[in-house]
Amino acid sequence: MEAKIDINGMYKPSEDVVARDVQGEFIIIPITSGAGDLEDEIYSLNETGRAIWEKLDGKKTLKDAVRELVSDFEGDGAEIEKDVSGLLGELLKRKMIVKISKS
Amino acid sequence: MREEPYVSPWIIHKSDLLKKKKPILSRLDIELTERCNNNCAHCYINLPKDDREAARKELSTAQWKGILKEAAGLGCMSVRFTGGEPLLREDFEELYVFARKAGLMVLVFTNAALITPRLAGLFKRIPPLEKIEVTVYGMSKGAYEAATRTDGSFEAAWHGINLLLRNRIPFVVKGALLSFNEREMDEFEKWAAAIPWMHGRSPAYSMFFNLRGRRDGRKNELIKKLRPAPEEGLRIFARRKEDYVKGMKEFCSKFMRVSGDRLFSCGAGRGGCVDAYGFFQPCMLLRHPDTVYNLAGGSLEDALVNFFPKIRGMKAVNPEYLSRCARCFLKGLCEQCPAKSWMEHGTLDTPVEYFCGVAHAQARFFGLLKERENAWEVRDWEERLDSFVKSGQEARCGSKN
Repeated sequence: MEAKIDINGMYKPSEDVVARDVQGEFIIIPITSGAGDLEDEIYSLNETGRAIWEKLDGKKTLKDAVRELVSDFEGDGAEIEKDVSGLLGELLKRKMIVKISKS
Repeated sequence: MREEPYVSPWIIHKSDLLKKKKPILSRLDIELTERCNNNCAHCYINLPKDDREAARKELSTAQWKGILKEAAGLGCMSVRFTGGEPLLREDFEELYVFARKAGLMVLVFTNAALITPRLAGLFKRIPPLEKIEVTVYGMSKGAYEAATRTDGSFEAAWHGINLLLRNRIPFVVKGALLSFNEREMDEFEKWAAAIPWMHGRSPAYSMFFNLRGRRDGRKNELIKKLRPAPEEGLRIFARRKEDYVKGMKEFCSKFMRVSGDRLFSCGAGRGGCVDAYGFFQPCMLLRHPDTVYNLAGGSLEDALVNFFPKIRGMKAVNPEYLSRCARCFLKGLCEQCPAKSWMEHGTLDTPVEYFCGVAHAQARFFGLLKERENAWEVRDWEERLDSFVKSGQEARCGSKN
C-alpha cells in the first residue's frame, strides 16, 4: 500500500533504525525486525536522500523542510517537494521514519 | 536535485563489505569472558563458569560499552561476541542491545545451552543481522557430553537450538570433531544441511585443535591427545574425495607461496580481538605479551594506528623457522602462524611440527610432494603446483583410505 505523505506533517527517524556515516557513506541500519525489507539488509542513502533525512527532526513540517532545502540547494520548489515525497514514501514503507502525531 | 533513487537496498556480503572504502576498523572480535558452562577438553580458552577470579577481572558493562562505542566511531560495522561462552555474562543482553543500537551487526558464537525463551525473543525482536554460530559436539547425549564433560549440556544445547529454530532466528552450526562423535558425522551433516540458513551446506569442523591460549601445559597434553594424526585428519578431509580435491585445487591456485621471513601475512592487526580483560590482541588467538595492547591506557584507534603496524612488520629470527617455514611453499595449507607458535612454544617463530605434518600430509595426497620430501627443500614447487591445479591428476590417498 502506498504511504500517504502529509506535507503539513512532521516526521522523524524511527527508533527502530540507526543512521551512520561510515567513510562518507550514509547508511541506515535496522535495529528491530520489521524495519527494512529483509532482516539482513542495511541501506544507503545518496546525497539527496541524506540531505532530506537530516531535515526530518520531528520539529518542522515537511513544508518547512522543503523550504529549507530550496534555500540550501537553490533548487526548484516543486521538484524538491516531489523528491521529498518520493523519499518519504520509501522510508515510511520500510518503517524507517515515523510521523509525529499532533498534540 | 539529482534523479538517483533515494533509498537503495544494500545487501551485505561479508566478502565485499566496505571493500572500496574500508574504515580503520571494519570488524572487531569481543571475547566477553573466558568462562564457559561446558568443560570441553579440546578447548583452547575455557575457564570454569564459576571462576570468581576470572569474573572479577573481566571488563565491566560500562567498559565494554565504551569499547563498542569507540569501535562504531571508527567505522566498525560488525562485532563478534565470543568467549568462553558469551551468554554467561549477566549483562549479555544489555551489551547486545547496546551494540545493535550503535548500528553494529553482531555475530554471536555460542554453544546455545544458555539460550532462553527471553533471549530468543530478543534475537527475534532485535535481529543480530549476522547468523548466530552454534558449535554442536554430538548428536547423542553420550557423544556430546563426552566432549563437553558437563552433565545436562546435551539437553540444554538442544533446547537452545530448538528455540532458535522455533523462532526462526538465523543460525548456522559447526562441529568439533572428536573420537566421541566421529561416528555421528553423517547424521550431523544430514541434520545440519536441513537447517534453513545452512543452505544445504556441510558444517565446518575444528579438528586440528589449538593448544591453550594462556599456555596451560597440563591441559595442552590432553589437547594433543585429542588431535587426530595428520593422516587421520587427511582421511576425514578426503571423505568426499572429488569435492575435496576440486576445492583444494582452487584454493592452492590462490594461496600457495613461499612466505619468507615476514611473520604476519594474514589480517592480524588490521582488526583484532579485545580479550575479557581489556587487552587488544591483533587476532583472536595471539596473546603473546609483546603483541597485545592494554586498552586501559589507550584506545582501539591508537592500537590500530600506532601499535599493530609495528607488530605486523615483525620478522622471524629463529634460524629453524628461517630454514624451514620461511622457505616452504605450503603456506596456504599450513596453520603455522605467530599465534600457533605462541600457543605451542611461547615464541612467535618456532615451527609447529603438528601443523607442519598436517600440511605435508595434504601436499603428498595432492602429489605436490614425494614421500619423505620436505616442502622447504623443493625448488620446482611452482611447476608441481601448476601441474596439480591444471591437470585432472588423480590424488593419492594414504593407506587408511
